[in-house]
Amino acid sequence: MDAFLENFNYIVYVVLMMIGLYAMISKNNLIKKLVGMTIFQSAIILFYVSIGAKEGAAIPILDHHQMHVAAAHDDHADTHKDKADTHEGEHADTKIHKADKHAAGAHSNHTSAEHASTHTDKLEAPHAGEHGDHDGHHGSSEINPAKFSNPIPHVLMLTAIVVGVSTLGVALSIVQRVHQGYGSIEEDDILNQIGPNTDG
Amino acid sequence: MILTFDTVALILLVITAIMALKIRDLLGASVVLGIYGFLMCLLWADMGAVDVAFTEAAVGAGVSTVILIATVYQTTRHSKD
Amino acid sequence: MRVKPIKVFALLAVICVGSLLLSAMGDFPAFGDPNSPANAGQLATHYITQVRVETKVPNIVTAVLADYRGFDTMFETVVILVAGLAILAILRRPACESSRRFAEIAAMKSHVDLIQVTTCRLLIPVIQLFALYVIAHGHHSPGGGFQGGVILGASFILMALVNGLRATLLRFSEKKALFLSAVGVIIFAGTGLICMLLGGNFLDYEVLHQILPYTDPVMARSHAMLIVEIGVAFTVMSIMFLIYAVLSSGGEMEGGL
Repeated sequence: MDAFLENFNYIVYVVLMMIGLYAMISKNNLIKKLVGMTIFQSAIILFYVSIGAKEGAAIPILDHHQMHVAAAHDDHADTHKDKADTHEGEHADTKIHKADKHAAGAHSNHTSAEHASTHTDKLEAPHAGEHGDHDGHHGSSEINPAKFSNPIPHVLMLTAIVVGVSTLGVALSIVQRVHQGYGSIEEDDILNQIGPNTDG
Repeated sequence: MILTFDTVALILLVITAIMALKIRDLLGASVVLGIYGFLMCLLWADMGAVDVAFTEAAVGAGVSTVILIATVYQTTRHSKD
Repeated sequence: MRVKPIKVFALLAVICVGSLLLSAMGDFPAFGDPNSPANAGQLATHYITQVRVETKVPNIVTAVLADYRGFDTMFETVVILVAGLAILAILRRPACESSRRFAEIAAMKSHVDLIQVTTCRLLIPVIQLFALYVIAHGHHSPGGGFQGGVILGASFILMALVNGLRATLLRFSEKKALFLSAVGVIIFAGTGLICMLLGGNFLDYEVLHQILPYTDPVMARSHAMLIVEIGVAFTVMSIMFLIYAVLSSGGEMEGGL
């Protein structure tokens, strides 16, 4: 009973798939068969999307804060690094423009770094609590993957839905063509019209 | 992810699927298939898949229902079983 | 009432397959588990954490769809085009005598309803504007090429339902629809080809910063995604309307719903 309740949604997906499969095999009317095909495809897409669902997760769209706090935090990390080690390690492996800035105006660089540091202090005061804990809080610069729904099943199932409607369109055109040729869309009528000895 | 909503929607989904196959009037079956598509869309929006829900609402519950009704219009409306 | 053998066979098949699937269910991870193998895998975490750095597009699904998995999307667009062509090939026929008479009768006794026509005259431009918004804003909100293309196609279907298929075909003929759908695929594949001509791989958007003005390689990916989504929207719009036009008129493009 516990296993039933835990896996209830998986059981429903299997039931939906089997309803669709049963309809495709056993129904007499061609359009009912196509309804069964649609149900089957939708149930499979539901199963895939439910794999990517996470408890308490947000939709996989980053908001403005998460996009730009990240970039700003990378800049702040750079200035912190500059102030921490006295630019000597930086000289060897930074680009030419940083070396130029340094050689040309050490003063201006210092003052700008100080401005940047006061700015970061002012900016970090309201965010002080958030820098402390990095685990999963939206305001921090690190994006916690556990807080977003898995985007890969969504991408695959977008393709699946559109391909499914294209397949439905082709199948419906075949049904219409059969109706134009035989006058009916019931399977036994069509088989009677084709004749009893179709396979040699 | 609201679990009660998920459970209710899944039960409704099974009921709708069985009804779409049992209704003999094919126009009604197409409309019930549209309901099925909309329930799927709600379920996916609840699971956090908003792009998929948007696509299913436009494609599955919109265009798919219309082309099914267009085919029913060109063929017969009632099925034997 | 005799039970038909096909139904017995269908029931047996369904029970076998269903029991196989249900027995495999015991191994599934719990629903909504963030640490299941699919969710905690390396690819998903890479996409979620690196999308803002590598592409600067907030909508992760659009970024994966148009950039990281661009090949899948391109071939899906081709599949939609081929489905439209297949429907034309199966069903398209010249209008025969009985349907021509029906079309004349239908033209004489106009089926248009005043309320519907007036309402849709106001609604259809708004629907199309919303569809263009969905395409253009696909980077920041749910949406993108497919959704916007389907809404555009649905607006033409609405026009056909309300004003009659003939009036809509005067505005958006079959030739235009086929041309636009091919243009959509050419835009997508052409972007990839231009990337190859500029020295990168096929659909490697970073090298496009050499021809797009005022962009760095990261923004070039974002802009190329928009171009590619526009191509997809063209194809989807034309083929959705074409499928409806062919199916609702039995292939004759006269009369119809």
